[in-house]
Amino acid sequence: MTTGLLPSDATSPVAPARRSAGGGLGRYLLVRFLLIFPTIFILVTLVFLLMRTIGDPITAAQGGRLTADQLAERISAAGYDRPVFVQYVEYLGQIFTGNFGNTISDNRPVTEVLLTYGGATLELAFYALIVAFIVGIPLGMLAASLRDRAPDAFLRIFAILCYATPVFFAGLLLKLVFSVWLQWLPVAGRASTRTELAMQTLPNKTGIYLIDSIMLGSPTAIGDVLSHAVLPGIALGLLTAGVFLRLVRTNVIGTLGTDYVDAARSRGVSEFRLVRKHAYRPALIPIITVIGLQIALLLGGAVLTETTFEWKGLGFQLAGYLAARDFVAVQGIVALLAVFVALTNFVVDVIAAVIDPRVRY
Amino acid sequence: MATELVPSGHPTTLPPANGSFWGRLPVLKQLRQSVGLQRGMLVAGLAITALFLLVAAFAPLIAPYGFAQLRDDSGPFGAQQPPSATHIMGTTVGGYDVFSRVIWGTQTAVLVIVVAVVFSIFIGILLGLVSGYIGGWLDRVLVVIGDAVYAFPSLLLAIVLSIVISGGQSSLWGGIFAAALSITVVFIPQYYRVIRAETIRIKAEPYVESAKMLGASAPRIMFRHVLRNATRTLPIIFTLNSSEALLTLAGLGFLGFGIEPTAAAEWGYDLNKALSDVTSGIWWTALYPGLAIVLAVLGITLVGESLNDLADPRLRARRRVKARATTATTTATAAAAAPDTTTEEKS
Repeated sequence: MTTGLLPSDATSPVAPARRSAGGGLGRYLLVRFLLIFPTIFILVTLVFLLMRTIGDPITAAQGGRLTADQLAERISAAGYDRPVFVQYVEYLGQIFTGNFGNTISDNRPVTEVLLTYGGATLELAFYALIVAFIVGIPLGMLAASLRDRAPDAFLRIFAILCYATPVFFAGLLLKLVFSVWLQWLPVAGRASTRTELAMQTLPNKTGIYLIDSIMLGSPTAIGDVLSHAVLPGIALGLLTAGVFLRLVRTNVIGTLGTDYVDAARSRGVSEFRLVRKHAYRPALIPIITVIGLQIALLLGGAVLTETTFEWKGLGFQLAGYLAARDFVAVQGIVALLAVFVALTNFVVDVIAAVIDPRVRY
Repeated sequence: MATELVPSGHPTTLPPANGSFWGRLPVLKQLRQSVGLQRGMLVAGLAITALFLLVAAFAPLIAPYGFAQLRDDSGPFGAQQPPSATHIMGTTVGGYDVFSRVIWGTQTAVLVIVVAVVFSIFIGILLGLVSGYIGGWLDRVLVVIGDAVYAFPSLLLAIVLSIVISGGQSSLWGGIFAAALSITVVFIPQYYRVIRAETIRIKAEPYVESAKMLGASAPRIMFRHVLRNATRTLPIIFTLNSSEALLTLAGLGFLGFGIEPTAAAEWGYDLNKALSDVTSGIWWTALYPGLAIVLAVLGITLVGESLNDLADPRLRARRRVKARATTATTTATAAAAAPDTTTEEKS
């Protein structure tokens, strides 16, 4: 690849270079895009087969409550008495048309559950990412610039603590201190009842409360929504913040050892400015790649955070369906999340490839 | 960096030639080559981990009550009792002694970690070796499957698996195996990736070629020549995975997919039951099991992090310039140990 262009020869070689880079990018994106399908296929198959090894979902959900005849009737009505392979092919066909099945406990389409509650989970993940960026990146740069000194030691311990603390325990502690003892913030939920009722009246509500409350145009509603978001956002965000801190620190230290930073240093650029201006940009590229992996971690964490704070999102619903032993719903939600993770990973890889030419292998 | 090295260092993966048996053990070697803050972190991590293991081993002696004990000679413990002389960490909403359950919980945690990590190491290494060495379509299929599983939210996969294995609830060993196997499946891709990458690299080394020439069988080359040299990053993944296994176990327990309280003590389960306590200001049922998780994970992670840093020449702390003359040899052998590892990504 012709990536070693010097900035001085800007005129003539640019056109062929760009074409070759574009072709590489195009091919990479195509291959990467095609890879989504086997990934989704594998995950969906895995979840299907695993969930079906425990028998049919109707017995699992209502085994104790119905008589044997009623059970058999409902099983054959739902088609669970047919061979597994037939069910599997049918399941794949349904997924292909966007149908992830109906829940057993309250008989709703899984896609509807997703649309109703997905926004809440996205909103939570968004807050968490903001917390992670605000906390993780500056602290990581600070730790790198004060490498091996006391603040660095402190920050590294902090990063490990962020990782070592389960989100639900962090959530419980935050709740105890800020909601129960200090009573500064609400204990649970996404908004107070009055705000929720007010937002119900909106004609085109999104389910993302921050947007809804802004559309409502009432400062108290916005404040209410935000005050509910603080603790869950911090609890989930700190987990990722620790990862970001470590990553930024490692990469900034790595770039601080490169020749061009040495060159800047020999010109008399101060250490602090070196970190801020020279070393940190290339250190951010791995962050973008890692966000892709963090999405999976965030979704897992969201399930726990939502349960802790009664945040009525997908994770909260999933925990509810788990408790009700409604495995069709569980299978549907998990499969949908798998698709979502595969898609976000694709987007993240595309962004990383556009930013960093080295990624396009 | 390069100026500090003595050029005689081994460019390959061999341990320092002067190493006695003790000097070659994974953790002790790193302990010797570490300095300053890194040594402090490693020592602290080892101390916490040792404490964790000791408590697990001697739990029956340390814990004043059984993990499922509700009463003693003077009557029932009572629910949600604040810390007192008889129950130094109070009692839970179910009427158990918090301190005893925290202590007994270490046993459950250690068992799950050991089972999970042993399983995933064996399966992951085997798959990685075979797939990396043989290559071809098998390799491609395994890579795609591994990547798919790797990208999947591990907690969700663990939930699905624990439903499959135990239907969600079970006895001590049933619960431990359910939790451990759920974690295993999540971790196999990690070992698989690392070992496969190493295998592909080592496959091209001259000594493998000469072993082939001499007519060694493929399994013999895989296990004697490749595996021996491919395992150097394993202690790092091993420790980092142990802490993740602990967190996954706690997460499963918190969602109600752990081990029944009468079968074993499990911190995640206790935290789940403490959820409603917190709202009414009862702190002791949540604080202590939570701190136990944090401490155990912290100890193991400190060890793993330190090993990781020591394996990465960019991150290894260097001794001060003044001491350079005396320590040049140790730095050289240390720098020969390992290039980057890929364990940063997920944890």
